[in-house]
Amino acid sequence: MGRYILKRIFAMVFVVLGVTFLIFTILYFTPGDPARMILGADATDAEVLALRAELGLDDPFLVRFFTYVKQVFIDFDLGTSYVNNRSVSSEILSRFPKTFEVAILSVVFAVVIGIPLGIMAAVNQYTWKDNASMVVALLGVSMPHFWVGLMLSLLFALKLGWLPASGFGGIEYLIMPCLSIGLGGAGGIARQTRSSMLEVIRQDYIVTARAKGLKESTVIYVHALRNALIPIITQVGNMLGVQLGGAIVVESVFSIPGLGSYMVSGIKSRDYPAVQGSVLFVSIVFGLVMLLVDIMYAFADPRIKAQYQRKRRKG
Amino acid sequence: MDAWKTTKEEERILEVENLVVEYTSDKEVIHAVNGVSFSLNKGETLGLVGETGAGKTTIAKSIIRILPDPPAKITAGKIVFDGQNLLELPEASMRKVRGRKISMIFQDPMTALNPIFSVGNQIAEAIRNHEKVKRKEAARKAMEMLELVGIPAERYDEYPHQFSGGMKQRVIIAMALACNPELLLADEPTTALDVTIQAQVLELMGDLKNRFGTSMILITHDLGVVAEVCDKVAVVYAGEIVEMGSREDIFDFGAHPYTLGLFQSLPSLTGEEKRLKPIGGMLPNPADLPIGCNFSPRCPYATEQCRKEKTGLTEVREGHYIRCFRAQKEGDK
Repeated sequence: MGRYILKRIFAMVFVVLGVTFLIFTILYFTPGDPARMILGADATDAEVLALRAELGLDDPFLVRFFTYVKQVFIDFDLGTSYVNNRSVSSEILSRFPKTFEVAILSVVFAVVIGIPLGIMAAVNQYTWKDNASMVVALLGVSMPHFWVGLMLSLLFALKLGWLPASGFGGIEYLIMPCLSIGLGGAGGIARQTRSSMLEVIRQDYIVTARAKGLKESTVIYVHALRNALIPIITQVGNMLGVQLGGAIVVESVFSIPGLGSYMVSGIKSRDYPAVQGSVLFVSIVFGLVMLLVDIMYAFADPRIKAQYQRKRRKG
Repeated sequence: MDAWKTTKEEERILEVENLVVEYTSDKEVIHAVNGVSFSLNKGETLGLVGETGAGKTTIAKSIIRILPDPPAKITAGKIVFDGQNLLELPEASMRKVRGRKISMIFQDPMTALNPIFSVGNQIAEAIRNHEKVKRKEAARKAMEMLELVGIPAERYDEYPHQFSGGMKQRVIIAMALACNPELLLADEPTTALDVTIQAQVLELMGDLKNRFGTSMILITHDLGVVAEVCDKVAVVYAGEIVEMGSREDIFDFGAHPYTLGLFQSLPSLTGEEKRLKPIGGMLPNPADLPIGCNFSPRCPYATEQCRKEKTGLTEVREGHYIRCFRAQKEGDK
């Protein structure tokens, strides 16, 4: 198992290199001149050219790429922002905790709403409970996050005044943004849980569990749910990975200074170091979350654990 | 014959009376079990024989009430176990019967164990569920059960995927017998196993049954298995018992055309015949049963009366019942 994890982390180095290449290339071909953006429309061409030379923007593609790779992977430096001259890594690290809080709480909302909803639907298949849960789930999936956010804020901030409409501080600032993201996730998780549970409930070992005289709740929550967990873990992991990359729209609706808004403003101002740095960071976080998901598989299913261990024996 | 007579004085453990089970699908009603009655005494083994789809498993599942409802529904009948009609018990009391007083062994050991719990844990769970014992005590007892079915106790923590089919069936037997039930329902326990393992598993079941004095209902379509372990036999066809009696009654004096057909479709080691005689035709559609005798469309002796009227089970000799006009008339002669 330990060796499996090391292997995966080793493989991630190459993924990150690939991501670096991709994002670098995409930005290289993106129209727009960072030097012009920094200096503004009033600057003379000579000034712009001078700044381009200073930033190394005139060097050939490969030279620029390898300079960047050396800077990131050997000096461990993500560079400084073109816009405010602040170090990109410190900016990311100061914003990430906020994104992290939002992501975790959103996933918690999604899981706490989605899984019970899905189980209820599966256990009562084809009854009104099933239909009602699936309508709720469908609504959750199809309502855009920002719209849910706006509606929530209309109700709870404007009409009732219970929660702050925007900004970032205590838990009360988190509830609405996380709920609006979480509702969407809950819909997906509920549907996944339902189909996965339906498949498991039909298995012979569920009949065996009932024939043992176990309580129906034990049959469902212990025997069935644990077997249905793998696809649910995948979906929850995916959601967590995506949310850790910043919730771009919801962050702007509730003015949360998270990673998403940093990335968007970086793209707008052609702030290459900021964009490259945050994409790189997000890809590493995503890779780690996926690794975590794979490790959780092993805990959910002993057959998968055995597979990981077999790999070790062979390797 | 002797066995059959002596058991009459013994304690009756199970009495099924006029059991009717229907499955409803869309608009059709499928008549899976149509008025089945039989009884079982303590320590006896009853074989339910018949082809796939005859309703044998439905009968067994009705007894411990684990039929999926909907679509299955027990619409009539009584199942009296230890003096109680199980069909009237509330679900909570029924749970105390399941796995403790009546256990069931299923057909396919490959899928009957939960893949994510260790085998020992699954056995211990049954014990913990019914007996007020500590975790450790339940685990110790589960290990004993494993040893009893011929699996080393060290394999307690292993998972089903680490066991072969025969070993899994042993685990399932250990699980079913863990609370020392009075009645064991074995639904084709050896069908999914290969022949050498079949013999081992059957022997094991027979040993344990005798040791604990468990009564058993053995569902099978294998007459060889019946000959080996059953005291009584009931031949099931299209949700009805067509012939019932002691093993000798059925094997030596079987008279229902369907029973005879079953025997003729077996290879004989001594006979001259080279070809087996299968029973022509198929089970009638349970959603659309014949007006007369259910077997009449396939019966070589069917008469006009057979196609128009149904007949009941008639006792042709003591303890030997047949549902057939022809056999009943012959009995009269």
